[in-house]
Amino acid sequence: MLRYTLKRALSLGLSLVVASLVIFFVIEVVPGDPASFMLGLNAQPDTIAALRSELGLDVSKLERYLAWVGGMLQGDFGTSYTYRTPVTEMIGDRIWVSLPLALYALTLSTLIAFPAGVYAASRRGKPGDMAVMGATQLGIAVPNFWFAMMLVLIFAINLRWFSAGGFAGWDKGAAAAMKSLTLPAIALALPQSAILARVMRSALLDVLGEDFMRTARAKGLTRRQALMRHGLRNAMIPVLTIIGMQFSFLLAGAIIIEQVFFLPGLGRLIFQSISARDLIVVESVVMLLVFLVILVTFLVDLAYAAVDPRLKSRT
Amino acid sequence: MSLLSVQNLSLSIGPVPILKDVTFSIAPGEIVAVTGESGSGKSMTALAVMQLLPDSAQTTGHIMLRDEELTAQSEKSLCAMRGNCIGMVFQEPMTALNPLHTIGQQVVETIRMHAVMPKAEAEAEAAAMLTRVGLPQDRFPLSRYPHELSGGQRQRVVIAMAIARRPRLLIADEPTTALDVTTQAKILDLLKDLVAEYDMGLLMITHDLAVVADMADRIVVMRKGEVVEQGDTHHLLANMKHPYTKALFEASGHQVDLPNAEDGNAAILSVRNAVRDYALPRTKLFAPRAYHRAVKGVSFDIHHGERVGLVGESGCGKSTLTRAILGLEPLQDGSITAFGAPVGPDMPAASRIKTQVVFQDPYSSFNPRHRVARILTEPFHLVDTPPKGEALTQIISDVLTDVGLQPPDAQKYIHEFSGGQRQRIAIARALITKPELIIFDEAVSALDVSIRAQILDLIAALSRRHNLAYLFISHDLSVVRSVTDRVLVMQNGEIVEQGETETVFTSPKHPYTQTLINAAPLLPDLAALTSQTETSHDSA
Repeated sequence: MLRYTLKRALSLGLSLVVASLVIFFVIEVVPGDPASFMLGLNAQPDTIAALRSELGLDVSKLERYLAWVGGMLQGDFGTSYTYRTPVTEMIGDRIWVSLPLALYALTLSTLIAFPAGVYAASRRGKPGDMAVMGATQLGIAVPNFWFAMMLVLIFAINLRWFSAGGFAGWDKGAAAAMKSLTLPAIALALPQSAILARVMRSALLDVLGEDFMRTARAKGLTRRQALMRHGLRNAMIPVLTIIGMQFSFLLAGAIIIEQVFFLPGLGRLIFQSISARDLIVVESVVMLLVFLVILVTFLVDLAYAAVDPRLKSRT
Repeated sequence: MSLLSVQNLSLSIGPVPILKDVTFSIAPGEIVAVTGESGSGKSMTALAVMQLLPDSAQTTGHIMLRDEELTAQSEKSLCAMRGNCIGMVFQEPMTALNPLHTIGQQVVETIRMHAVMPKAEAEAEAAAMLTRVGLPQDRFPLSRYPHELSGGQRQRVVIAMAIARRPRLLIADEPTTALDVTTQAKILDLLKDLVAEYDMGLLMITHDLAVVADMADRIVVMRKGEVVEQGDTHHLLANMKHPYTKALFEASGHQVDLPNAEDGNAAILSVRNAVRDYALPRTKLFAPRAYHRAVKGVSFDIHHGERVGLVGESGCGKSTLTRAILGLEPLQDGSITAFGAPVGPDMPAASRIKTQVVFQDPYSSFNPRHRVARILTEPFHLVDTPPKGEALTQIISDVLTDVGLQPPDAQKYIHEFSGGQRQRIAIARALITKPELIIFDEAVSALDVSIRAQILDLIAALSRRHNLAYLFISHDLSVVRSVTDRVLVMQNGEIVEQGETETVFTSPKHPYTQTLINAAPLLPDLAALTSQTETSHDSA
C-alpha cells in the first residue's frame, strides 16, 4: 500500500509540474499585453514600459515562470494587475465559496444517486426502475441553470424560504452561509446525481450478473444481503471514477450557477479576469483548480486501492 | 429414506419448457451424476434443487430434502437452508469468489450466516475447514485474496465454503471442467473423500462421461430436459438401453479412422530453439525489467502430411508457441521456418498462405456482421489476384460442401448456425486457400461430445482428402491420442517428451507425461464390463 501511495504521489507531483508549464506558456502566447490594455489606447510607450517593469513583465519568460512557481510554493500568487491586490487574498475569499459549494453539491448528488441507483438496479425492468430511469433522463437533459431559476421561483420568490441570491458570508455563522449555498448546491447536484444514479445502476447490474453473486446466494444470503455485502463494493470502481470527475466539474464548472445566484466564487473570478487580461489571476486560479483536480484524482486512486485489493499487489 | 428426492419436476421459463418430468433421488453418502450435453437441463436441475431459479421460472412437481418440500418453502426458510443443509460448488473457480473479500471472510460468512458465534470462533472453524480441503494455514492464511491463488486452490476455497456447515447435500455443477487434468484428479479425490467423511449426498453435474464413470454410484442421463435413462453406474454402463446413452458413450470414446502417415516427407515447419519472453511489470522504477520465459528453446519439425499433437496444462506455453508459429508474436531467440521462409512480418505471402488456423471458441471468433461468404474468403487478401465472380462462388460452394455444409449457407449470418456448424465454417475458412498445414488450437474443446466426434471425423476425412498436415493443440489427451501420429508433451515452456502417439501413451518415459496420463479419467472398457456382468450373472 505504501509503495502504491508513493507511486501515485510521484505521478501527482509530475502532473503538477507539467500542468504549470502548460498553463504558463499557453497564457503567455495569448495576444494582448496587460500593460497596454490597462492604460488604454492613447497611452505613451514610455508609460507602458514603466508599467511593464512595475508588473514584472520586462524580464525573460523563464525568470517569470520560476518567480511565479516559487511564489506559489510559498503561498504568494502575485498581485492582480487590475485590482492591485494580492491574488492570494482574492482567491482566499472565493475558494471558501466554491469549495464548500462543490462539496455540498457532491454530497447531495451522492446522497440522491446511491439509493436511486441501488433501488433501480434491484428492481430492474419493473415500474420502479423505469420511473427512476425516466427521472434521470430528465435530470440529464435539463440544464442546471433552468433548475436554478425554477428553484429561485419556488423557494425564494413564492415560499420565501431562501434568499434568491448572494452569499451571506462565513462570519455570519455556518448555518447562514450553508443556507445561502443550498439552492445553488441543489441546482448543481440534480443533473450530477442523475448521471451518477445511472452509473450506479449499470455498475450494480454488471455485478449482479457475476458468478460470485450466485455463490453468495448459495451460501444462504438473501437478495438484499448479497447486494449490500458483495454487490455494492464491487460496483464502486466505476462510481468512484465518476465522482472524481464530477468534483472537478463542480469546482470549476459552477460558473453559470454562480452567475444565477450572484455568488462570489472562483468561476466568476476567472471569467472577470479573462475579460480584463489579468493574466496573473487567470494563471493562478487555473493552477489552483488544476491542483485540486489532480489532488482529487490522487484521492480517487487511493480509494480504488482501498476498495480493490488486486490493485495493491499489482503495483 | 432418500436424502433428496426429485419427483416429476417440470420447469419452464416463460413459454419455453426446460425440464419435463424429471425424477431421481440421492441417498446419504451417495454420489449421483447427472450427465448430458449442453441444453439437456442438467444445470437447471441443480439450480431448481437450490431454488435459485430465474424469477420467470415456473415449476411443478416435488423436490424433497428428507421430509421437507423445497418448492413450498418461503424465501426466508430457503435462505436458512442454502449453505446450511445444501452446499453448492460451481464451475468457474476464477469468478465464483468475490475478488474484494479475503478467502477467510468468505468462508466465515457461510458459517456466521447460519450459526451465532463469535468471529474468532468462526475464523478458527474456517481455518480448520480450509486445512481440510488442502489449504493449510501456514501457506494459505485466511487473509489471502482470491487473486493470489491458482484455479485449483480457488476451487478448494469454494468447496470449503460449500461444506463449512457440513450440509447433508452437496451440489457440484461441473466442478472440474475449468481445471487441468492433474488438478481435476485431486479435486475429484477431495470430493469423494468429503462425501465419505461427512456422509453427504453429492449431486454432481458433469458432461464428462469419463469423470461420471469414475466417480458416480448412480448415473442420470438427461436429454432436452428429460431423464432418458438412470441406474446404478456399473449396471447402466453394462446394459445401456436408451440409444441416446449409447450414442453419448460412443461419441466420448470416439476413435477416428486416421489414414496411415507416410514416412520420409520433407519438413514443412521447422521450429529451432524457439524462445519467447514476456516482460513483467516493473517493480522498481529504474531496476532492469524482469522477464518471464514462456517458451524455453523448443525444437521440432512437422513433415508434409503429418499429424502432430501438442499437449500440456494451462500455462505450459502451448498457446504462446502457437502464436509464434502463426507469426503473431516475435521470438527472442531461435527460429521458425515454414515452407522455406522464416516466419515473421516479412514472410512472403506465398509461404504464409500455406498455414491456416482454427481457434477454440466458435462463438466469438467470427465477425457477427459478416456473411459466411465474406468470412470464408478473407484469407484471399494474401493472394495477388484473388478469384472473382463465378470462380469465387464455385470455390465457396466447394469448400462448404467439403466440410459438410450446403452452398446456400454462404449467404447466411453466423448466428444462424450451431456451435458445431460454426466450427465447420472455421475449418472451411482455413481450407479455402488450400493450405498444407492447419493449426487446430483447442478446436474441439468447446463442443459437446457428439458434435466433437463429428468434427474429429471431418478432420480425419479432410486430412485424407487433401493430404493435410496439422498441429493439434489440446488439453484433452484422449482426443489427441485418436487424431495424431506424433505427440509433443509440453511442461513449463519445454517439450519434455515427444514420439509416436501410441508409444508415448502406452509407455510414457518422462515422469510428467506419466502424471498427465494417470490423471486423465478414462472411459471404462464397456465390452469388458458387459462380459463381466454376464459372467457374474451366469455364476449366480
